[in-house]
Amino acid sequence: MQETAWMVSLVLMLMITFGVIFVAINSHKREEEYGPLVKRAYGFRTKLFWVVALVFLPAMIFNLMDLPYDVSRAAGKGSPQVINVTGHMWYWEMDRDQVNAGQPVEIHVTSADVNHGFGIYDTDMRLVAQAQAMPGYTNVIRHTFNKEGTYKVLCMEYCGVAHHNMMTEIKVGNL
Amino acid sequence: MASYTYTATPDQGAKAGVLAYLVVSAVVLLLMMLFGLLMRMEQAQFISIGGLWFYKLMTLHGAGMVGIVALAGASIMWHFLRQYVELTTSIFIANLVIFLIGVVMILASVLLGDFHAAWTFLFPLPGNSMGMWSQGAAALFMGGLLVIGVGFVLLHLDIARAIIKNYGGLGRGLGWPQLFGPDDGNAPPPAVVASTMVTIVNLIGLVVGASILIMMLVNLYVPTFEIDALLAKGMIYFFGHVFINAVIYMAVIAVYEILPRYTQRPWKSNKVFLASWTASTIMVMFIFPHHLLMDYAFPKWFLIMGHIIGYLNTFPILIVTGYGAMMIVYRSGIRWDMCSRLLFVSLFGWAVGAMPAFIDGTITVNYVMHNTLWVPGHFHTYLILGMVAMVFGFMYYLGKPDENAKDSPIDIAAFWGFVVGTMGFTMSFLYGGKEGAARRYAEHLPEWIPYDRLGSYFAALLIASVLVFIFRFLTRLGLAGRDYQRASLARSIAT
Repeated sequence: MQETAWMVSLVLMLMITFGVIFVAINSHKREEEYGPLVKRAYGFRTKLFWVVALVFLPAMIFNLMDLPYDVSRAAGKGSPQVINVTGHMWYWEMDRDQVNAGQPVEIHVTSADVNHGFGIYDTDMRLVAQAQAMPGYTNVIRHTFNKEGTYKVLCMEYCGVAHHNMMTEIKVGNL
Repeated sequence: MASYTYTATPDQGAKAGVLAYLVVSAVVLLLMMLFGLLMRMEQAQFISIGGLWFYKLMTLHGAGMVGIVALAGASIMWHFLRQYVELTTSIFIANLVIFLIGVVMILASVLLGDFHAAWTFLFPLPGNSMGMWSQGAAALFMGGLLVIGVGFVLLHLDIARAIIKNYGGLGRGLGWPQLFGPDDGNAPPPAVVASTMVTIVNLIGLVVGASILIMMLVNLYVPTFEIDALLAKGMIYFFGHVFINAVIYMAVIAVYEILPRYTQRPWKSNKVFLASWTASTIMVMFIFPHHLLMDYAFPKWFLIMGHIIGYLNTFPILIVTGYGAMMIVYRSGIRWDMCSRLLFVSLFGWAVGAMPAFIDGTITVNYVMHNTLWVPGHFHTYLILGMVAMVFGFMYYLGKPDENAKDSPIDIAAFWGFVVGTMGFTMSFLYGGKEGAARRYAEHLPEWIPYDRLGSYFAALLIASVLVFIFRFLTRLGLAGRDYQRASLARSIAT
């Protein structure tokens, strides 16, 4: 997902860059009559609008297909392994830190004091899932770990002076 | 039928109040940029200031930057709006004085009281410091923000009064009669439309922001007055998002007003323009759930709304304002100087920064990129290369010695240093975010440090360029208040 976001951003940013450079290069000579130029430009803008709409809107809908909030994420793959997590300044309290690979996991995240963020990093230090840990509320991360290994947990919401040290681990598989 | 004839408008010098705003903005902006550089250098392990100082600087950098770009944006809006409606100078000055009082309170809170709960003052962190700062320091910080907010409320109330008096209502200020009825060509100019939009959203945003600040101040001393953390978060992000977005909508008035003077082409408030500003008025107020996508406790429809509006919000930026600037410059014979360059590049910065921003607002992306360096990556792009470029463009406009004045090579080099420095700096953030580097970390993991180091070099280049911009503006302050022709006339094929 991160690679896709990066590549899509780069492509869009480059397209804008080329458009701006094109205009800058073509700014030197003056076309005195602005009216006809505006008409041509408005015609092109209408086309541009539809191109952007036809690319952006399906992408927007497609990206709503598999939301992290959906309970169905963990369905049909066996009973979920539940981890109850409470964030404290500045440590994580978890009732278990080991789960099996290939079996859905439900992580119930809350906080005992201030806002924290429960971010799970895989063995390559790639962020794979997260939810905010908030006092008075429980957010449920539904995730299936397909690869065995030791996953790192980092705090993803600023919570004070030791925020960057608020780390723990989840072991996936019989390590 | 729209007319595309340009009617020349005399360039007016800035009032002393506008110049005071800009001088304060320039000094604080530079200081906050230096704080930002120190933070980046700490992450890069070039220096060692420790976690406490990192988070104190982070708190000052956030609050200072948000406040100062609002102040700079307000000066641009006020300078041009007063050419159409009658604004009250004393209220404009009062806002600056109140702002400075708020700044002193915030500085005292952080530097003397060790407050470091970030500018977002997320409840209940300010009141739950684990002994790191006192109740008084938290109250001073939140009180400082509240005082600054009150100043801006006064300013916007005066602007609303002036627009209503002159145009007959805020709807008319947004050009609704021409948008929803026949376009009689009498829609308010872009500066008025933009000011109306900013006034509407900021008044609502500031009232919500002030409400949660007062609630938190009461809670600080009367803990039995309980606040729902989720509600507090929603209110804070509503206020924060509206307020920081409004700064761009204030500053873009410089583009609407100045680029036509360089190209001798009008920037029309036609139906598409008016529709886009009305749409932006609504979207800016309803897009804020994209900050809350990882708070699953919110209703699902609310979070999906943030996702959808994030996509839709790119249309007015790209298709109307960004495209409008391209249209007005294309084959215009524009003479490039520091002002026109900075204003032109500002639309590039805004549009290009909006791309990773809306991608971050995609729920499935946010799931693995929220609160990574991707976030400061996109907002630094559209704030520095977008909004701040508009401010510097405005400063060069005010200080330009005469319409044919040539820029020195140092200024031109600084322009390119600014563009390259900003893009390098923000791309290092974006790449770090892609690699999973968490945001707001005083210490980075070893694998993230190369991006921090690269980012530090580019940030230093950016600051060196900004030093040139500010030095030039300060040396030309004497010119900035005078009325004379500043914008160069476009090259004509007839001459």
